[in-house]
Amino acid sequence: MKISSRVVVIPQENIDTDQIIPARFLKVTDKAGLGQHLFADRPEFRALIGGGSQVLVAGNNFGCGSSREHAPWALVDFGFRAVISTSFADIFRQNSLKNRLLPIVVDAKTHALLQPGAAVTIDLAAQTLSIDGGPTVTFPIDSFSKTCILEGLDEIGYILKQGSAITAFENRN
Amino acid sequence: MKTLYDKIWDSHIVVPETDAPAILYIDLHLIHEVTTPQAFTGLRKRGLKVRRSDKTFATMDHSIPTSSRSLSGFDDMAANQVRTLAANCAEFGVLLFDLNSPKQGIVHVIGPELGLTQPGRTIVCGDSHTSTHGAFGALAHGIGTSEVEMVLATQCLLQRKSKNFLVKFDGRLQPGVTAKDMVLALIGKIGTGGGTGCVFEFAGSAIRALDMDARMTICNMSIEGGARAGLVAPDDRTFEYLAGREFAPKAKDWDDALARWKQLPSDEAAHFDKTVTIDVSALEPMITYGTNPAMSIPISGRVPKPENEADAAALKYMALEPGQALAGHPIDVVFIGSCTNSRLSDLRSAARVIRGRKVSRGVRMLVVPGSYEVKRQAEAEGLDRIFKEAGAEWREAGCSMCIAMNGDAVPSGKVSVSTSNRNFEGRQGKGARTLLASPLTAAASAIEGRVADPRRFGAGL
Repeated sequence: MKISSRVVVIPQENIDTDQIIPARFLKVTDKAGLGQHLFADRPEFRALIGGGSQVLVAGNNFGCGSSREHAPWALVDFGFRAVISTSFADIFRQNSLKNRLLPIVVDAKTHALLQPGAAVTIDLAAQTLSIDGGPTVTFPIDSFSKTCILEGLDEIGYILKQGSAITAFENRN
Repeated sequence: MKTLYDKIWDSHIVVPETDAPAILYIDLHLIHEVTTPQAFTGLRKRGLKVRRSDKTFATMDHSIPTSSRSLSGFDDMAANQVRTLAANCAEFGVLLFDLNSPKQGIVHVIGPELGLTQPGRTIVCGDSHTSTHGAFGALAHGIGTSEVEMVLATQCLLQRKSKNFLVKFDGRLQPGVTAKDMVLALIGKIGTGGGTGCVFEFAGSAIRALDMDARMTICNMSIEGGARAGLVAPDDRTFEYLAGREFAPKAKDWDDALARWKQLPSDEAAHFDKTVTIDVSALEPMITYGTNPAMSIPISGRVPKPENEADAAALKYMALEPGQALAGHPIDVVFIGSCTNSRLSDLRSAARVIRGRKVSRGVRMLVVPGSYEVKRQAEAEGLDRIFKEAGAEWREAGCSMCIAMNGDAVPSGKVSVSTSNRNFEGRQGKGARTLLASPLTAAASAIEGRVADPRRFGAGL
């Protein structure tokens, strides 16, 4: 999986999932079409993210707060395939990986190079982020999530294959 | 030498962590209307059942009205979501505490109340405040909807182990200072990302002195400090709380459970990756001034000078100036409720301040019990009359103004003193300005029509 795109940047820390998608848009019963509500109450953020970019750069601790998976659903539906930050909240990171949205952690020095419009290539297999006219850095990613995304492995199917271990656990307890 | 978290983790491993995450067994799965419809759709597409419907319990709380128990004339989308949960529970055989059930309430209030929340259990729910249940020494955390589907299908979760983070609260609280103030002080100290990748264990003399409701308030806000879960080692208070509750073990099962639960506390020499200590003796009531829960000050304090653009933007949103005192700042709304502070002891402490007084003219005060059962008990004690006579609204159980997706919201530009957990921009309604505080501080502020120090309302709080 390779992503080549110009980045868009929201230069703010602690962007919580209420900002990504406000609660009043959570009354749906399916996942589709949430991109239209992305950053619905933050027009100043919304103004920064158009233009078909697939890579969002944001400040530290992105995705904190509510566990709503509607946040990655909205980002993916809008067209994003990766978010780059210096850190992500735990639940958001999990939710993103389950939706093939890459949460890419870089150090502050690399983060500072990612100015609006910078062209980047993300290579998931190699775990590299290449900045056009700049350095190529590696990024960490959960090895299992990486395999799931690259090989289309289904996590629920993976657990179901361990059905006898689950039954054995249940019988022991 | 193991921590409480280590012990619960180890005893729930179905398949150990390798290159792949561990497969962790889940003892209790709580579900609600907002984060489950897509998960049930997923199950249906796969042709799967709920593996352990006997370990899955549902309620309605987030998108329901609290003005009445009727959905007629209510927001169509919300009503549809609520009906979808009922249909899913019927189809998949999950026990549902619906709007007409005497067991309905905020999911994190009813779990403990029914005795479903027990020491040593693994508990998940598609809601980040699932950390609340950690007050009983259970490993409890929020999950996304894909994980809800995973747990429905397999009763397991793919999970990597977190780090152990010891939060020690020493000393003794002064009158008028509460668990809410303790947790706001902690988050202020470590920041909203301070616990990322960690599970908190709350310990120390000040934690031991707290009742179960107060411990739940602290664990509830673990996620606001970045930790998915927060735990308190179970003790006699925990066991007393649980004894006799509907789903708690009975007779010999109780004795066996008790023996197991007493083994749970962290070993004395257990290793913690991080530790922070807070002396609560000098702690004042805390209140937030900004747009995340780490932006708090003692109630006698002044709004700090912004350190960066985000801080400045937060103050602009809140219409506050650096150097300004918060005490005396005019307010419009007071909300007493949410999974943080809607239990009987919270309502009692607010009522002690309100009793015999009137809510200030122009202030709207909403009191929303966390569950039908909390409401029933509060009414049996006459707390509802105290609130109503003061001019407050006494509501049905639900999430209400904490999340503003259910008809209860703070109007744009208005200032709310709220006992909930998040002061994010727009959290209580588009443009709403939220100041997080304890039920005592919220009640005192309702009386004065301004941010007020509850200690001014006398001793015996």
